[in-house]
Amino acid sequence: MTQTIAKKNESVKHLPRLTTVSNDRLSKQKVVYQVEGFNLWYDETHALKDIELSVYDREITAIIGPSGCGKSTFLKSLNRMVELIPSVKTSGDISYQGNRILDKHFKVEQLRTKVGMVFQKPNPFPKSIYENIAYGPKIHGIKNKKILNQIVERSLRDAYLWDEVKDRLNENAYGLSGGQQQRLCIARALAIEPEVILMDEPTSALDPVSTSKIEELIQELKSKYSIVIVTHNMQQAARISDRTAFFLNGEIIEFDLTESLFSNPSDQRTEDYITGRFG
Amino acid sequence: MDHNVNQESINVQELIQQKSMSQKVSHKIGKMIPSILFLFAAVSILTTVGIIYTLLSEAIEFFKIVPIWEFFSSTTLKPLSQNPEFGILPLINGTIISSIIAILVAGPVGLMAAVYLSEYASDRVRRLLKPTLEVLAGIPTVVYGFFAFTFVTPIIRSVWPDVEATNILSPGIVMGIMIIPMIASLSEDALTSVPNTIREGALSLGATKLETTFKVVIPAALSGVIASFVLAISRAIGETMIVTIASGSSKNFTFDITESMQTMTAYIVEVSSGDAAAGTPIYYSIYAVAIALFVMTFVMNLLARAISRRFREEY
Ligand SMILES: Nc1ncnc2c1ncn2[C@@H]1O[C@H](COP(=O)(O)OP(=O)(O)O)[C@@H](O)[C@H]1O
Ligand SMILES: [Mg+2]
Repeated sequence: MTQTIAKKNESVKHLPRLTTVSNDRLSKQKVVYQVEGFNLWYDETHALKDIELSVYDREITAIIGPSGCGKSTFLKSLNRMVELIPSVKTSGDISYQGNRILDKHFKVEQLRTKVGMVFQKPNPFPKSIYENIAYGPKIHGIKNKKILNQIVERSLRDAYLWDEVKDRLNENAYGLSGGQQQRLCIARALAIEPEVILMDEPTSALDPVSTSKIEELIQELKSKYSIVIVTHNMQQAARISDRTAFFLNGEIIEFDLTESLFSNPSDQRTEDYITGRFG
Repeated sequence: MDHNVNQESINVQELIQQKSMSQKVSHKIGKMIPSILFLFAAVSILTTVGIIYTLLSEAIEFFKIVPIWEFFSSTTLKPLSQNPEFGILPLINGTIISSIIAILVAGPVGLMAAVYLSEYASDRVRRLLKPTLEVLAGIPTVVYGFFAFTFVTPIIRSVWPDVEATNILSPGIVMGIMIIPMIASLSEDALTSVPNTIREGALSLGATKLETTFKVVIPAALSGVIASFVLAISRAIGETMIVTIASGSSKNFTFDITESMQTMTAYIVEVSSGDAAAGTPIYYSIYAVAIALFVMTFVMNLLARAISRRFREEY
């Protein structure tokens, strides 16, 4: 990591604290994702440069940075959705639970069954609320109506949507409000009980009330899932995440415990960004 | 600007006033434009009304000779016999059977072509294939008719000797080939209008590309796909040359696709190109058949519109 001279005193000051916290938490945490020397190009555009990052079990990892710095690209690399764009080329390594997911022979469907995703704009299927949730389990072979009913109810309860929709499960999901649609999409991801949930600015299209509902929900989910969330809202990252990675121009400038990164950034650029001097 | 002009002599408001004087006339024309455009639109509506009026007035003459109930319920059509009988059912039967054969051929092939174009083909292949399909749609139907009679029928007969030289199967298949581009192109439009975010939603749940296509994309585009089928069927119902050339003019009421059958359109061609004297029952009968044909295609088109409106997805 780059160390700025101007910040030297503060970095020294915060170092001991970082280590104590780390001893508390780092040692216990299991690594879910290990990203090493990862690069990504769209044709000639070098969108991600030598990314090093670990995602820990049952933590919320926030990714912040200005628009166009590669946050979404990175997130979509974690479930290989980025490959839907034909011009993409990668190098380096991403392992998920010890498996190198960039290997040619690695089955992406298997990965995506374990790693759910919630998108920036709610994208429910043009089907009923029930069918939206049941879709994932169904394609993975669960046909039993009784089991499906249970899955639907449980997923909707976990996404705090059940009470709002229990009487209209057969209505089209497009009749829900934006915030409800996004919680439906979270419930849809939960229905196949993944281990990790990737979220790309899940609240950027929502009003403040829906946003705080979803923030609460995300913190609730932490007890069962590892979560990686992209946000360009720094307050959100500070409020809900355990660790934060600051991206700038396709590079990770700083990756640290959220508390440390926001109270004692070790890089001048991080400080400039979180104090709102750019971005 | 000309700097010789005395700056103070320019009064913009005055200039605008002068302009607006001369614009009074064009303003009047401007007011008339909606009425003029309405006239143009009215021409097409009036033409339709005129056609319906002609058909109806002649058909009414026909129904004075042949009771309307008999016409729509009799399975015997012998217009040229000593004691002519006019039952439209053999013609409706021929029309429906040939259209069913056509849609059985064109439905699956056209939909799969659309799926390939919208979900699998690279941009380069798509740019090559779409115009090719459109060329196929531009072939004159008389060419398809000869293709059915001189090429497809002999092939069918070589593997299935029971098939007669003129039969409904061959033109049915060729009509199917003719409407493939229509289904492919309209269905492709419906499939490509399904937003990518929905595909991503399915893929992110671990669905394969095939599962995404068949369980999310096609259902999402279903209204457009069905509407394309209905329009294609309506096109097949109205198709004339292929059946006239390749299916002969037998007026039997049968469900045997190896036999010759006549469709409503082919009957109209046969009678109107023969020398039926005006005022005879056989002359009037083509108007009655035409009315029935008109109603059938009209209903199909209404159905297509209703389907695409009823099930329109708001993405
Ligand atoms: N489909 C694409 N094709 C080409 N370049 C892309 C594509 N998507 C993103 N990029 C480029 O990659 C960089 C990172 O984009 P992105 O990951 O979307 O940033 P962020 O999510 O941080 O706003 C940007 O410079 C963008 O222009
Ligand atoms: Mg983004």
